[in-house]
This record gives sequence, structure tokens and C-alpha cells, in this order.
Amino acid sequence: MTTLEKVSTRGDGSTGRSELTLRDRPPLVRAVHSMRRSGVKYTILGLALAVSVFPFYWMYVVASNSNAVMSQFPPRVIPGPNFLTNARLAIEGVPFGTALLNSFVVASAITVSVLFFSTMAGFAFAKMRFRGRGGLFTFVLGTMLVPQQLGLIPLFILMGYFGWVGDLRAVIVPSLVTAFGVFWMRQVVAGSVPDELLEAARMDGCSIFGIVRHVVWPSVAPGAAVLGLYTFLFAWNDFLWPLVVLGNEPSSHTIQIALRTLSDTYYVNYSMVMAGTLLSVVPLMIVFVLFSRQMVAGAMDGALKG
Amino acid sequence: MSETSKALVGSATDDERIQRPRKKRRQASHGPAHEEPWAPYLFISPFFILFAIFGVFTLLYTFWVSLHDWSLLGGMNAFVGIDNYTRLLDDPRFFKATVNTFSMLLLSTVPQMIMALILAEILNDRLLRGSHLFRSGLLVPNITSVVAIAIVFQSLFARQNGLINAVIQLLGFEPLNWHAGRLSSHLAIASMVNWQFTGFNTLIFLAALQAIPLSYYEAAQIDGATRIQRFSKISVPLLRPAILFAVVLSVIGQLQLFAQPMLFGAGAGSTSGGNDNQYLTILLYLYGQAFQQPFRFGYSAAIAWMLVLMSAAAAALVFGVNALLDRRENRAERQYRKARTRSQEVAR
Repeated sequence: MTTLEKVSTRGDGSTGRSELTLRDRPPLVRAVHSMRRSGVKYTILGLALAVSVFPFYWMYVVASNSNAVMSQFPPRVIPGPNFLTNARLAIEGVPFGTALLNSFVVASAITVSVLFFSTMAGFAFAKMRFRGRGGLFTFVLGTMLVPQQLGLIPLFILMGYFGWVGDLRAVIVPSLVTAFGVFWMRQVVAGSVPDELLEAARMDGCSIFGIVRHVVWPSVAPGAAVLGLYTFLFAWNDFLWPLVVLGNEPSSHTIQIALRTLSDTYYVNYSMVMAGTLLSVVPLMIVFVLFSRQMVAGAMDGALKG
Repeated sequence: MSETSKALVGSATDDERIQRPRKKRRQASHGPAHEEPWAPYLFISPFFILFAIFGVFTLLYTFWVSLHDWSLLGGMNAFVGIDNYTRLLDDPRFFKATVNTFSMLLLSTVPQMIMALILAEILNDRLLRGSHLFRSGLLVPNITSVVAIAIVFQSLFARQNGLINAVIQLLGFEPLNWHAGRLSSHLAIASMVNWQFTGFNTLIFLAALQAIPLSYYEAAQIDGATRIQRFSKISVPLLRPAILFAVVLSVIGQLQLFAQPMLFGAGAGSTSGGNDNQYLTILLYLYGQAFQQPFRFGYSAAIAWMLVLMSAAAAALVFGVNALLDRRENRAERQYRKARTRSQEVAR
């Protein structure tokens, strides 16, 4: 047990592996055994990785070849020289720049707002005592089970009353704060804001807003960043509600609606559609490459917190 | 739950808490609330206000709309009671959409969970090299938008010039018209879902696996359990809460399958779900009824409520199966205990 725990995760796999498995067998058998087993392991993982990444490669293959080339048999499986041509066609085919901008506005506004309101609520649920706290928090959790897509029709009618149909506000406002955000930030605050610090700030005569600003915010930043990343991604990828409420107003289309229009209108021109799709995926890929560690940790944390 | 999650999230506060006498801790967290008793309510109010408007109100209003002959253009017309619901139950297209949705739900959830369990078991190895590469690679599909995914897969499954058909042809078989068949279109759409969520579920299971004490596996290994036995007798049973969580999430999510079938039928009247509605889903039907000709709000509000009921029933079914497994496990454990005490008595 103790030897196991001492073996570090990375770097010394060659010496560590044989200690872990089949300690009761002779060394040679052990070595052969573990080599064969790890071969199978890495093969399966490699295959899974290839399947995960392949569609992106394929996107580029289609997007960088001409339509004529892609309709030959057998099909080309390596990139060609036409990506820029196809990308230009896609950008000219639908209002791509506007759509990117709209998506950026929507996702940023939602992210900032979710972070702000969720942190406040999370702080209240984690560190303050008030009547009905337990019940209200359970209620927040319960609302996560209510499928949100189902209020589609009244939401649309409501936006009609507000005069927001075709307006980005219709997409932003319903998502200003989410149950998941409140839940997540409650766990983050509970785990990263020491009571001592709150007490000390209190004794120094800090108001409750001062405490939030000077104590809570700095302590929760890493956990809040993960929530921010995921909130941004979900807002960026959201499709059904934006389609319903913005669908008839091309100047308010988000990138997902623009993509759908592209695919529906030019479906015969795969290369062009795929070039547009690739362009829409690039911003996400940049975010992911920059923050992959936080996002992987966030997904795993999220599971534990749930 | 809060205790376990605290233990998982932080360590600094916990250590200090343990050393601190109980009374004082109470006072400490009492402090802020004392001086501004309204503050916590102010802080949590945005969520509740928003939920009241966009959650509670919309669901109830959906029900109200569903009792009317209501259209986008004509506004509210006659009160028709449960007419929309009775018509819905006689609607062959709604029936077809429901069967399709559940078919795709099964085709996506089952293989996804099995693959995720296996991948998580493999990834749960402290000595694995490149573990971050594998984990993030598996998560990439999950952060990609469904629209982009559907577009790529739609092209992969295209009848002519689709890569999958090309491979089938190269292997010497007849190419398939994936869009035309009911099962084949379901398989194609389910593959999009599987591709998107397998990695995410893998990470969920991996997180849960890492919480299982290594000593269990060691003890089993000493007793001569094979790797597969360790997986099926230790990992899977202990992962049941995580599996439950993932399955419920998947079921509720996949009952609302929408973008994939819509984009799968790109260019072919995309809200019909194929010429013969062979891959029409419930939500796609709802959307088509409400926001395209004939703009029937009342009718599609009834579809929305049926979907709520189905989600609740499906979730209840999953929880029910879980409770059943729990009971069986408890019984097995009792029998084991009984047998052990008996054998101990015999030994004495």
C-alpha cells in the first residue's frame, strides 16, 4: 500500500509499473505480462483518442478540397489546397462575422452575469445562516431536473410581450443566473473561503459587500474560472432557443444559427459548409487548448460534487 | 452530501474546523448574517426571480396554452380543454416520434455507458503515461457544438461521397442509404450522441473510480481475481451512484434530442425528420408544429407537457431500477453476514 502511494503519476512509469502488478510472480513473467497488458491499454486509448479527434481532421479534409475532388471514389483522405476559397465562400454565404460577434456578445454577457450572481448566491448558501437555507438550496438543486427547453412556447410568447423577439436580450436574460452555477459556486465557496478570514474582515469593520469584494472574490477565482469556461461554452453552443427566438432576424443570428442556415441552404456544397463549420469551431478549440487542464479537472470535479 | 463535498473540495478549512471547538464555529458563521439579516436573501434573490419568471411561470403557462386552440398568428382562440391531448394520443406522427426518440435514446445511452466504463477503468491507472492527453482528447467532442457535430456526421453518413459508405464499398459491400432506413438513421444519429458524450461520461466515471480505495483492488488481486473480475465485481458496483447520475442526465438530455435529427435532414425539409418521419423526434415535432406552418401553439404545448411527463417517468424508472438493485445487494449482504456468523459458530 505505502509503496503504491509513493509512486508518482508521471515520469517513472518504467520502474513503478512492475511494483504495482502481480508482485507474487517471477520478474520475467511479470514484465512480459505487464507489457502485453499495457499494449492493449494504450491501443484502446489510442483508438478512442483517434475517434475523438478524427471528425475535426475530416472537417479540414473536406473544407480544404473542392467539392469535385470530394465526390471522387475512393474519396481523398488528405487535405487539399482550397481551404481559403471555401472559407471565403462560406463567409460570403451567410453573415458570418455578425454571427460570430453576436455569439461573443451573448456568451460573454451570460458568463459575466452567471459568475456574479452565482457567487453571491453561493456565498449566501455556503457561509450565511438564514431561515429556510436548507430548503431553498434543495429547491435550487431540484430545478436542475426541470427540462428548460419545455417552456419554449410561453417563453416565446413572453418575449413577444417584451418586444424582444429577434433581440439578443431574449437569449441573454433567461440565462443570467443558473441553478448549476449557484450549486457550483456554493461548493467552491464552502471549500475555499476560510471562516477565519470572514471573521477577521468582520472585525475590521468590513461591510457585507466589502467582504464579498475583498475576501470572497479573490478566494473563489480558480473555481469560478472553471464555471466561467463552461458557461461560456454552453452559451456559445446553445441552439434551440436562439433558433426559435432569433431565427427570423438574420442580423441577430448567433453562430450556431448561421451554421444551420449554411448547411440547410448550401447542403450540396459540402466543402463550403465544412469550411464554415471549421471556422465556427476554431474559437472553442483555442479556448480548450489554453484551458484544457482546468476543463478536465472541472468535468471530474463536477461529477464528484454531484 | 455537503460534508462529503466539502471534504472533496477543500482541505484548509476542514483542518481548521476540526481543531476548533464547535461553539465558536457556529458564532463565526453566524456573524455576517447577524448584522445584515437581509443580505443572504438579497444574494439569492436573482436566481429565484429568474426562475419564477422563466421556469415556474413558463411551465404553468405551457399547460394553460395547451388547453386552448392557440396559434402564433391568430393568438388565443377557444378554450378546448384536453382536446389537444386526446388528439395527440391519436396522432400517428406523435407516436412515431416517441418511438424514434426512445429508440435513439437506447442506441445512444447504452453503448455510451459501456464504452465510458471501460475507458474509465483503463484510465484509472496512476502509472498511465500521457493521461492528460487522453483525458482532454476524450473531452474535446463534448465541448463542440451539436450543430457542428451534426454537420460533420451528416456528411460522413451521406449516401453519395460519404466516407462511411466509401469504406463499406471498399470492403466490398453495398453502400447504405443511411437517411432512408429507420434503424440506420437512428444509428447514425445515435452515433453523434455517443461521440459527443462518451468522453464526458468517462471522466465522470474516472472521478468516481479514483475515490475507490486501492486496497480493495489489492485485496482482490491477492485473492486471485482477474482484471475483468476486478472491473465487474469492484468497479462497476461501487460506481453505481455515478452510473445512476450519468444515466439520468443522459435520459433527460436525449429525450430532448433536437439539433442532430434536424441537421441530419439538412436541405430536405428539416423539421419533418425524413421523408417518412423515420427520424422525427418529439422535440423536433414540437418545434415544427409551433414555429412553422401550421403554427399550432396549443398543440405543441401539449407535446411539451407530454415530454415533461415522459421525462419524469423515465427518471422514475431509472431510480426504481436502482432501488431494486440496492435491495438485492442488501439482501445478498445480509445472507453473507448470516452465513459468516454461522460458519464462525460452527468453527467454534
